[in-house]
Amino acid sequence: MKEVDIAVIGAGPAGLSAALACGKSGATTLLIDFMDAPGGQLIKQTHKFFGSERQFAGTRGIQIPSIFINQLSQMPNVQLVLGVNASGYYADSGVLTLEDGGKFIKVKAKRVIIATGAGEKALAFENNDLPGVYGAGAVQTLMNAYGVKPGNRVLMVGSGNIGLIVSYQLIQAHVQVVSLVEAAGRIGGYLVHAAKLRRAGVPILTSHTIVRAIGEETVRGAVVAQVDQSWQAVPGSQREVACDVICLAVGLTPLVDMMWQAGCEMKYVPALGGHVPVRDENMRASNPAVYVAGDAGGVEEASSAMISGEIAGISAAVSLGFRAQDADARLALLKSDLAAIRSAPAGEKIRAGIMSAMACGGER
Amino acid sequence: MTDDDIIICRCEDITLRQIRELIAQGYHTIDEIKRVSRAGMGPCQGRTCRQLIARELAGALGVPIEQVEMPTFRPPSRPVLLSTIARGEADE
Repeated sequence: MKEVDIAVIGAGPAGLSAALACGKSGATTLLIDFMDAPGGQLIKQTHKFFGSERQFAGTRGIQIPSIFINQLSQMPNVQLVLGVNASGYYADSGVLTLEDGGKFIKVKAKRVIIATGAGEKALAFENNDLPGVYGAGAVQTLMNAYGVKPGNRVLMVGSGNIGLIVSYQLIQAHVQVVSLVEAAGRIGGYLVHAAKLRRAGVPILTSHTIVRAIGEETVRGAVVAQVDQSWQAVPGSQREVACDVICLAVGLTPLVDMMWQAGCEMKYVPALGGHVPVRDENMRASNPAVYVAGDAGGVEEASSAMISGEIAGISAAVSLGFRAQDADARLALLKSDLAAIRSAPAGEKIRAGIMSAMACGGER
Repeated sequence: MTDDDIIICRCEDITLRQIRELIAQGYHTIDEIKRVSRAGMGPCQGRTCRQLIARELAGALGVPIEQVEMPTFRPPSRPVLLSTIARGEADE
């Protein structure tokens, strides 16, 4: 059985950043991803990042993975395996089971950093299994990673940043966004993104939801309706929208299966997207061999994922006695970066959610 | 609303009506509903339907969603061919 100091599950922004920190500390590190290319959701983020230079402000998301890979490939103590499925974690022995193209592999890791990201939430409405009903993330992958147009006329459901950005990218790909509906009374994402859509002439219908998809073989329309304050459709407000794609951008939920398997204490925190592991400020879960990084610990975005990944990487390494020279200073800097990102007005719910997910509401 | 046409578990084709009928019959946890209907036992292992079923249970039982008991999570978390496991551990 292969043995490593630290295994990192997921090579998205959080996992890449965690693995780099582990690599710098000198710990033997195995970075695992089930996709054939590293980067996670970065592979389709064609927009430029903003924020701090330390989190690649001004760089397009799609360019970030190779920056990490170039550094990781120089490190003899780091191994990256792609197309490998981490299928199980056995907390009693610290053994991970991996599947690599029909091969079954066991790895014993002293620490595991879980950076599995998040998945798209679904929505219950009539005919929601018609071909043409997509998650917004899936549409973004189709367009930006594979160059495939999902259709010609899109109804977007949900006005968080994903719904807004994917709508704008659809327009850039010459796909018409016929309407954007949002069940809440106000737009969920940044106004700067919503303003772009309004300038492009996309109607944004707040306090509206999708009632049903119309079509026999594939989507050819949708019925939308106004909702009242208890989210019930207002009688008489139903109307039909012609479209061939219905795109659901109704939020993400952390992918936490392995943390349940690891016996980590979990908590349901709506502001973070669902169940998340209770953790300390160094991203250590209640199972002391397990650290969490990125969206798997609560849905935020790629910049904070890179920061929490590095925090988890440094901390996991230090817990095994691998301390890079600048570890303490770097940890302090990262924690202040994270606090700065979350200090925006839009970060208020996240801050409350993180406090709720911390073991004792603060330092432990 | 025709809850017959609302799919909750895509993998196993379980509708909202079936879920509501099971809750009415007294199946009051996600695990019970899973065992009797297979909802959540398909390739995605409940990633799509788990929260929808939890919300339905919370509404029917009149409890907040955090009080809905989560199912047990066991490896493998993604589908693995039996032949892969049967061949045993690969040599490193």
